[in-house]
Amino acid sequence: MQHTRNQDTLVGLLVASGIAGLFFLAMHVSNLSSFSDEDSYTITAKFENSGGLKVKSPVSAAGVKIGKVTSISFDPKTYKSVVQLSINSKYSTLPDDTTASVFTAGLLGEQYVNLEPGGSETYLKKGGEIEITQSAIILEKAIGQFLFKSAAEEKK
Amino acid sequence: MDFIEGLGASTRISFNKLGRGTHFLVQTISGIMSVLLRPRLLTKQLYSVGVMSFLIITISGLFVGMVLGLQGYYTLSDFGAEETLGVMVAASLVRELGPVVSALLFAGRAGSALTAEIGLMKATEQLSGMEMMAIDPIKRIITPRFLAGLISMPLLAGIFSAVGIIGGQIVGSGLLGVDEGAYWSQMQASIDFYDDIVNGVIKSIVFGFVTSWIALFEGYDAIPTSEGVSRATTRTVVNSAFTILGLDFILTALMFGDH
Repeated sequence: MQHTRNQDTLVGLLVASGIAGLFFLAMHVSNLSSFSDEDSYTITAKFENSGGLKVKSPVSAAGVKIGKVTSISFDPKTYKSVVQLSINSKYSTLPDDTTASVFTAGLLGEQYVNLEPGGSETYLKKGGEIEITQSAIILEKAIGQFLFKSAAEEKK
Repeated sequence: MDFIEGLGASTRISFNKLGRGTHFLVQTISGIMSVLLRPRLLTKQLYSVGVMSFLIITISGLFVGMVLGLQGYYTLSDFGAEETLGVMVAASLVRELGPVVSALLFAGRAGSALTAEIGLMKATEQLSGMEMMAIDPIKRIITPRFLAGLISMPLLAGIFSAVGIIGGQIVGSGLLGVDEGAYWSQMQASIDFYDDIVNGVIKSIVFGFVTSWIALFEGYDAIPTSEGVSRATTRTVVNSAFTILGLDFILTALMFGDH
């Protein structure tokens, strides 16, 4: 009897440590704890060019992550990229003249949407649209412009 | 002509074996209800299948994580990207190495033992003895072991990955000086709960299913001699390894293909 009781304890320990391991993976390793979908609202931003932005790319304001990109689509009428941003409901006081821009974290890092609040008294509503946007900087374009400019200066 | 004859015969034999294996699997699964009514049978097997594999899984996980930390650091530091070490260690463990390596170890540690046990039971006519007493050996012997393998595998894979990530952190930020905050925060930013962790758990459940099935069927189907049992044990380990690695490729292509 003592023997089987020991076995039961050890089986219990195995199950407990297995669940603890999975729990650790869920809460400490993955993004589950940082953000959940329920308490968020969606706003739209239209960019001339959204660059390498992807679904699930972070949305941040003043360097703090406040949401994520939920969908990116091409609008065939205005030829713009329509980006849906899901923002945590805690941050519901973004002014309606907020600027959205696509930035890159570091030189080779992932691209993210940066929101820069303006001075307006009215807030962006659920489903609202950010009017002022700034496109992603395409590195090839920038290098091309730089080379073109320096070549033109050399001619002078 | 002999060659073609042999080819036909071996094809027929392998299809016959697959058919018997499927029949065996269906019988095993149909016994699940009666095992759940007698949980004592299950805990006993969880002990011999799961708890006995705990140590090898934990230690291997720790070392695999430490090696990943070391190798990842040397490669990533060439690009000045040591900070992403956490992502590399966690993604490779949670998606691939955790389920696959723990399943391979499980096949070697528990699968071979299961085959040898069942094969010896058959050789010493314990299984037919049970049938004589009107006890269904599949429900009584096979199903509890099958369920135990199915339950232990995801738990063990979870322990493997968790311990490995901690091992990577010990080497990465303890010995090599990667910032500890960057290790964890970059990891949390990149690893997705559903895409990475849930898919890893699904993989390990599939591997647990397949490994237990192979091990038990090889034992049940073994030629009841000492040589037959030893061959069956070898076949368990070899076939499990093939199946795990082949299935892993298919599962990875299905799960992570759309990125």
